[in-house]
Amino acid sequence: MKTIEMEFDLVVIGGGTGGPMAAVKAKERNPKLRVLLIDKAHVKRSGAISMGMDGLNNAVIPGHATPEQYVKEITVANDGIVDQEAVMAYAAGSFDMIQELDRWGVKFEKDETGDYSVRKVHHLGAYVLPMPEGHHMKRILYRQLKRARVEITNRVVVTRVLTGPNGEVAAVMGFDCRTAELYLIRTKAAVISTGAAGRLGLPASGYLMGTYENPTNCGDGHAMAYHAGADLANLECFQINPLIKDYNGPACAYVTGPLGGYTANSKGERFIECDYWSGAMMQEFHNELLSGNGPVFLKLDHLAEETIQEIETILHSNERPSRGRFHEGRGNDYRKKMVEMHISEIGFCSGHSASGIHINARGETSVKGLYAAGDCASVPHNYMLGAFVYGKLCGENAAEYCATTSQTQHDAGTQAAEAARIQAPLQHQGGLTPYQIEYKTRRLVNDYLQPPKITSKFLIGLSRFAEIREDLSSMSAADPHELMRAMEAQSILDCAEMAAHASLFRTESRWGLYHHYVDHPERDDANWFCHSLLSRDANGQMAMRKKAVEPYIVPVDDEERIAYQRLRVATTAQAA
Amino acid sequence: MNFAATLTQVPVRVDEGKCIAEKGCTVCVDVCPLDVLAIDLISRKAHMKFDECWYCLPCEQDCPTGAITVDIPYLLR
Repeated sequence: MKTIEMEFDLVVIGGGTGGPMAAVKAKERNPKLRVLLIDKAHVKRSGAISMGMDGLNNAVIPGHATPEQYVKEITVANDGIVDQEAVMAYAAGSFDMIQELDRWGVKFEKDETGDYSVRKVHHLGAYVLPMPEGHHMKRILYRQLKRARVEITNRVVVTRVLTGPNGEVAAVMGFDCRTAELYLIRTKAAVISTGAAGRLGLPASGYLMGTYENPTNCGDGHAMAYHAGADLANLECFQINPLIKDYNGPACAYVTGPLGGYTANSKGERFIECDYWSGAMMQEFHNELLSGNGPVFLKLDHLAEETIQEIETILHSNERPSRGRFHEGRGNDYRKKMVEMHISEIGFCSGHSASGIHINARGETSVKGLYAAGDCASVPHNYMLGAFVYGKLCGENAAEYCATTSQTQHDAGTQAAEAARIQAPLQHQGGLTPYQIEYKTRRLVNDYLQPPKITSKFLIGLSRFAEIREDLSSMSAADPHELMRAMEAQSILDCAEMAAHASLFRTESRWGLYHHYVDHPERDDANWFCHSLLSRDANGQMAMRKKAVEPYIVPVDDEERIAYQRLRVATTAQAA
Repeated sequence: MNFAATLTQVPVRVDEGKCIAEKGCTVCVDVCPLDVLAIDLISRKAHMKFDECWYCLPCEQDCPTGAITVDIPYLLR
């Protein structure tokens, strides 16, 4: 098999949201830098925002919110376990990024005076800025990539980051998903921006690719960071989202909430005060689903015709445009009845939750020369705008790192082992298909890892995953496309094991439903007010350790600290 | 390996009368995030080769002749 060899200064892995921004900003910092943006799909339509985005969920705009206020909100929403400096780096860069996107041609909603129309969805402050025409986002990014002369390679799946003599980034490896040709790309630095690990749980419909996240985002980045020796943070803080039942789109509190829509139980009554996605909110959602008042619905049928038309225009043209035809097929008209909701499969995604490849406020991972941005990195509740801001930080900091670093030689043994791992499924005849391996792994994730978490179930899950790991040697791929699925199935299995080990480590409950641990039902600040870090130990096993929460730079008082613990609507006493 | 053919109804439908793949167009194949579309070597028209759809719609919206319709997969409908 032919190996295509290339050499760059910086390779950005994943061309969805944070990746293009990292590549453009690295080139702006140093136009002579040789920057490659690599994607397993096509950069024009890849990633979580393939069809655009309907708004900013965390805009920190002067006059509406301050960075300090935002840092406090996210600290409280994430039960205190945050690196405030990293959240502040996002918040402080938020408005500059909005203005830059505005200059690039992104259309944000503005009022008659030209001010941004910020809406309130979070529990405490106002940070939601609609983008009714946000479907053009990828086209705008693509134009900037061309202007900055970033080199782009599409349809190449990166599988590993190879390191040099001192553990620093030295190369990346992958293969073409149409020809199966191997790629070896020598590079001084790499940015991982591969999105969420969204193909971890199996959607309730049983359709393998009916996931909340774009199914290309299957945890490749999490797996390659782990194998490169990087730390991953708080993986037990799963992502679980409130979705339309059977459809993978959010019910969209961020769009419908400011227009008067809300989450209701089967009686049409509100049961949570705030629809912002936090673990505490998801716990209340889960409780209501299982209560006599379940299931849960999105209620819009009380709204005026013009408001409903506005909601339909935004929701059916942006982000998940097939939503309209899903409702049509079910005969579900927002005007006439409430829309049934359910909870999503589990995943890792810092965009909405808090787990991922550990990075600091400069976007640096624990591996020298390796950066991470967006849903795959560890900065909590970061959303699309956070991916842009951290893409920028990673691109600029990686450019500076490259200026002071020379290319080192990667380990030849690791390269040979990875080439063999990639080629094995193609050389194998018979055996198991990637589909079978993936389906079974994800079905077991649902059976054993989905909260509420129980120790004995997690231990069974781990032993079943170990059985699948033994089966990997008999997995075969009939063509390069199946080879892509075969390699993805291995990333998914890595992520499933990481999710199990991290969950068993944190012997308390925290983040509402995300880490509702039945054996340890209480929050235990005395022992667990800390991050958890997962990394590969000297024996190649998954090892866990604690990391103290960094000293707060924005103090949070006791009253505010528990704001997200009081989400359930108080039952009012009957008048005497 | 033993093969077992299982027929299924795929979500992406192509109107072969409108599809201009034989003239060199590969837009739908290029934009699909999951790389599940291909040009059939015999009919020289686009088709769904793998039933791995996210029903995200770039293929339908970017097709220059409006030849593509994406249905919600039956399991979700």
